[in-house]
Amino acid sequence: MIKGRITAAVAVISLVLVACSGGTTPSTGGSGALRSGAPIGSGSGGPGTNLPTAIGPGEGSLNIIIWAGYAEDGSNKKEYDWVHPFEQKTGCKVNSKPANTSDEMVTLMRQGGGSVYDGVSASGDATRRLIANGDVAEINPQLIPDWNDVAPFLQSPPHNTVGGKHYGVSHGWGGNELMWRTDVVKTAPTSWDVVFDPAKAAAYKGKLTAYDSPIYIADAALYLKAHRPDLGITDPYELTQPQFDAAVALLTEQRPNIGKYWAAYADEIDNFKSGATVVGTTWPYQVNVLKGENVPVQATVPSEGMTGWADTWMMSAHAKHPNCMYQWMAWMVTPQVQAQVAESFGEAPANPKACALLDKGVGPYAVKNFCTEYRVNDQSFYNQISFWKTPLADCGDSRGQACIDYSVWTQKWTAIKG
Amino acid sequence: MLYRHRWLQVLLLLAPPTGWFLVVYLGSLSVLFLSAFWLLDPLTSAVVHTFSLRNFQILLGDPTYRTIVLRTVGIAAAVTLTDALLAFPIAFYMARVAGPHARSLLFMAVLLPLWSSYLVRVYAWRVMLQPHGPVESFLSAIGLPNVEIGYSDVSMWIVFSYIWLPYMILPLYAGLERIPRSLLEASQDLGGRGGITLRRVILPLALPALAAGSIFTFALTLGDYITPTLISNSQFIGNVVYDSQGVANNIPFAAAFAIVPVVIMAGYLLIARRLGAFEAL
Amino acid sequence: MGRLGLRLATGSVLAFLYIPLVIIFLFAFNADRGQSWPIRSYTVRWFGDALANGDVRDALLLSVEAALGATAISLLLGSLAALAVHRFRFFGRETISFALVLPLALPGIVTGMALNATINTAGIGFGLVTIIVGHATFCIVVVYNNILARLRRTSSSIEEASLDLGATTWQTFRYVTLPVLRTAILAGALLAFALSFDEVIVTTFTAGTDETLPIWILNHLRQPNQRPIVNVVAVAVIVLSAVPVYLSQRLSASDAGGLSG
Repeated sequence: MIKGRITAAVAVISLVLVACSGGTTPSTGGSGALRSGAPIGSGSGGPGTNLPTAIGPGEGSLNIIIWAGYAEDGSNKKEYDWVHPFEQKTGCKVNSKPANTSDEMVTLMRQGGGSVYDGVSASGDATRRLIANGDVAEINPQLIPDWNDVAPFLQSPPHNTVGGKHYGVSHGWGGNELMWRTDVVKTAPTSWDVVFDPAKAAAYKGKLTAYDSPIYIADAALYLKAHRPDLGITDPYELTQPQFDAAVALLTEQRPNIGKYWAAYADEIDNFKSGATVVGTTWPYQVNVLKGENVPVQATVPSEGMTGWADTWMMSAHAKHPNCMYQWMAWMVTPQVQAQVAESFGEAPANPKACALLDKGVGPYAVKNFCTEYRVNDQSFYNQISFWKTPLADCGDSRGQACIDYSVWTQKWTAIKG
Repeated sequence: MLYRHRWLQVLLLLAPPTGWFLVVYLGSLSVLFLSAFWLLDPLTSAVVHTFSLRNFQILLGDPTYRTIVLRTVGIAAAVTLTDALLAFPIAFYMARVAGPHARSLLFMAVLLPLWSSYLVRVYAWRVMLQPHGPVESFLSAIGLPNVEIGYSDVSMWIVFSYIWLPYMILPLYAGLERIPRSLLEASQDLGGRGGITLRRVILPLALPALAAGSIFTFALTLGDYITPTLISNSQFIGNVVYDSQGVANNIPFAAAFAIVPVVIMAGYLLIARRLGAFEAL
Repeated sequence: MGRLGLRLATGSVLAFLYIPLVIIFLFAFNADRGQSWPIRSYTVRWFGDALANGDVRDALLLSVEAALGATAISLLLGSLAALAVHRFRFFGRETISFALVLPLALPGIVTGMALNATINTAGIGFGLVTIIVGHATFCIVVVYNNILARLRRTSSSIEEASLDLGATTWQTFRYVTLPVLRTAILAGALLAFALSFDEVIVTTFTAGTDETLPIWILNHLRQPNQRPIVNVVAVAVIVLSAVPVYLSQRLSASDAGGLSG
């Protein structure tokens, strides 16, 4: 009896030891080809110095932080699968981690000294933070075969190109739309007032939703820009104290009408499906998924305009699998993949060559004239979207340091939610 | 022999566990709480290592955080009370009424939910509480008015009470079982009716076990942030801490706020220890 | 309260404990991917999908490895501490129980953040080792409590008798103390395993990109199309856990005490 127990104990412990030694060895750094880059922020050398000149052999795996829907492997809709073909082509096994907000992306990118994740699909409010802190690597556009096909205004936009150095490849862009359930909200809204005007929002008390992130304060500011000209709001991310206070007050007033804030996109899908929430801001992705499940929803770009995102695939400065990451960046900007992402997520692709595939309306959603509808080549439309960016104390204009920085946005967001 | 090397033996026995505790746990906690005095760079959101009390000023100056602390403690207390009330009859039945066979079946029945995934059980409640969900159909089936509980503090109270209930039943059962039968008989012989025996004999003797169970129900509710996110639309201390750390990367602020539940729990444990909870854990 | 009232109350509490589990079971067979109520048609196809899912198998394996590792460390450290506290009087003895319960009683998010900050500062890679370290930290106390409770209820005279009869310290431990502690050790180990196996909060801070089963569930619970598989996994965990639950019950039948026996 005793002997049996001891044997069992020894077996358990040795099992543990085997498991420990087997499961944890992190793969050692990437091949030399991509290790020659100059340290970020070292200031020495102009763009392109010491960048890799060729993509080396893949490291066998890739860890990326994504917006939900940016790395589909066919498990949600079998037509949308650009992960498995990539894995077959490159031998890099993709492990994707969906983040709910830009802030979360920045935090995740810094895990383990920046070595846990190889790359990220960062929006404009995260990109500058990552670049300024040296979290992401300068990349060599010559290693991205489709680079020159990317829309000209997205090849070197200020949110991912600093001092002529490219810190990533543009992925796509779009806006935060207004979605409602057509069986509850009978007349189609055309303005954000349905969620912000207390008189109108009261009709859906306890059924409203909003994005659970401090950056949502900009949505209120955008509404005030149109409806309270006396505040003189010029940019919803550059707010002076009175402008900021007005936006916070508007959101505080909205709070009792909110049934549930959504942080994870899937929460919004659940709540629109069950009817727990019936109107509020959304990414086009949720609209597509809900329509795909025959939930009666519609979405629109309200008259005040919208906040939005322009996303960039960026590589960690301390990536363990840089060759796989380079191959991923190159893969994601090819017309075929761009067409699939654009259609499944509902955003404008960075590479307009995708339009040739999209406009036929052959995908699962069969959107005809996709690129006209999403105004892919329309730079003036692009310029009208208030793209997410990090609010800073420096207003970026004659007002100087009078603006409210993001740390205050974060605190106030906690206070608004209460 | 044994006596001569007493100190050596104590040292040999104690060195590994205390070493682990000091290095891994207290060491990590110091690293964390030290950072409560640092700040965050607004542009890069990187930690700036300069001593400052700003995080504490924000915490004390903004009534929001007081509301959140009160809500968290209030719900944790309500959950503990609810679980004590729910646990008592079943624990008593198991310990003093049920036959050996029924007792072991009940014991397994209480233990099994503890082994099934916490997340999935919380999620099951979310499905149950959704509009037109099982709870609503049940309520209307038995003729009750249709109350939409939805994402509220009430749903949080229900779900937390549900999730941590076995942690209250099991120690209470063990505590009630340890009460000698002779004491109960003595009370009855002396004319103590059911109610009096319960109040004057059973409850005082079960108090250490109740306190032990309450450590779990109170602590686990106090520190949670996942259930509030999934089930309600309001924030717990844990949500603010998690959002500050995991989302905004503001470790200094998260660390400063995290001191609050640590202090609350330390106080709670000291009281629980006085009630003899540590012998009944 | 009358005996009938007691029965009714017991039955209601049991119903309260089991209705959500029944809901999970039903949804595991739901033909529709969504979680809408009432369920319209049933299928068993998610079970095949879950079996074929490599990520689930990897996550399960990692969880088992982590739980075994954490249990092994907790057994070692917890029994050492319990023996020391029971055998000897020394300065700070009273604080040990208090200190060891802290990692379990303080919010998991505090433990998690603290370990995460340390792992990041020290530049250690995230993985199985960091998961085990995190879990062991709060599992030690359950082993410690079980063993200490048993030691307190055991008369020390049998150990003295063994020593008096000429057995060495080691022989006494091996042939007298250890057999007495056997069930307490097993009960503590089971509880430690259970705590580790279902832990989410600390793990989110110590696992890096690795997924234990609860982390896999957390990541997929919020992806609408993955939920049927999550339900199947949950059902499988419930069914499989009948084994350790039965074991705990056997142990507690031999003598009661501690959270699980």
